[in-house]
Amino acid sequence: MNNPSCAGCSKEFCKGLWRENPILVQVLGMCPTLAVTTKALFGFSMGMATLFVLVSSSFVISSIRKLIPPQVRIAAFTVIIATFVTAADYFLKANFYAISKELGPYVPLIVVNCIILGRQEAFAYKNSVLRSLVDAIGMGLGFSIMLVLLGSIRELLGFGTIFYFKILGNGFEHWVIMALPAGAFITLGFLVGFFNWVKMKWRRPLY
Amino acid sequence: MRSAVKMISVLTIIGFISGAVLVLVYTYANPIIAKNRKKEMEKAIFRIFPEGKTYDKRTFGKDTVFNVKDKKGSLLGYAFLAKGNGYQGAIEIMAGIKSDLKTLAGIEILESQETPGLGQEIASDKFGSQFKGLEVAPEIIYVKNVEPSKPNEIQAITGATISSRAVVTILNEKIEVIKKDLGKLK
Repeated sequence: MNNPSCAGCSKEFCKGLWRENPILVQVLGMCPTLAVTTKALFGFSMGMATLFVLVSSSFVISSIRKLIPPQVRIAAFTVIIATFVTAADYFLKANFYAISKELGPYVPLIVVNCIILGRQEAFAYKNSVLRSLVDAIGMGLGFSIMLVLLGSIRELLGFGTIFYFKILGNGFEHWVIMALPAGAFITLGFLVGFFNWVKMKWRRPLY
Repeated sequence: MRSAVKMISVLTIIGFISGAVLVLVYTYANPIIAKNRKKEMEKAIFRIFPEGKTYDKRTFGKDTVFNVKDKKGSLLGYAFLAKGNGYQGAIEIMAGIKSDLKTLAGIEILESQETPGLGQEIASDKFGSQFKGLEVAPEIIYVKNVEPSKPNEIQAITGATISSRAVVTILNEKIEVIKKDLGKLK
């Protein structure tokens, strides 16, 4: 990363994973985070769909950012984001029909995921294409990793499996609450608490 | 004035490009999606009628009935779609009724948004298999916490009475209609 146009790119990349993690620190995009993480696979699919939309819209918006008048930037962002979301929705329906049925309305709802609009407004509209791409990939991965983690914990305790692999034997009584919305809030609360505790222990920002 | 023109033209151009991109996506994905839907429906029909080999479609007004035939071409029964409200959203069921219109051949849940771990169990084999050979006259009845004793009874899922009741109600309503439709033919 010695390219001068991308000074500090590794920092832009890592901030999404840790220091400014969309879920743990910014607490953005809570609707899909809480709704689709009943199983690890759904969290993973949602993470990948969001990553795709985030990277593509950041790329387009940062490349035409000088052409968009500031007064109509939000309208322009929304149209571009909605285009990619619809494309992602149709792609999932065509190629991963079963998963797309499980995710239901939450794929089209990526349009209103504040991480995506937030990154366009806070980053892509002001930075070069390369930096915006790195930022989007970092944020998207940070989001996806947390969704998979949440999904794995909830699937393990709620169904005894992770990615459908049986981990806890038949003697394990499933915690039904983990599959319900309450389980999402409880798990998320513990995760945020745990990561804050780790951060305090280290006493220095990790990037 | 000039900035207004610029705003409008930029948004219009972005809108046009988006539309064009979506047309491409749509023409690529739509036939595949339609094929997926059809495949899913066929899979459900042949799971309900394992001996079934072919089917043909018949419409009565709004209703569609699939006549399912075995490999010799004799009628096994009728499959039909039943849709209604569940606990959290719509439930869509593919159901099969034997040609005498008295017993069910089985059901398959095509779509449901019930509570995972509780209501979603309506899609499980344990619940679904109760409908195999179930009598539909005078109507399907669900019982709670006790073993079903009559040939038209099923046991509701513990903790998910609303979802179980929804399935039963959706089926009863549709069976009534289907019986009338098919009765007209005779």
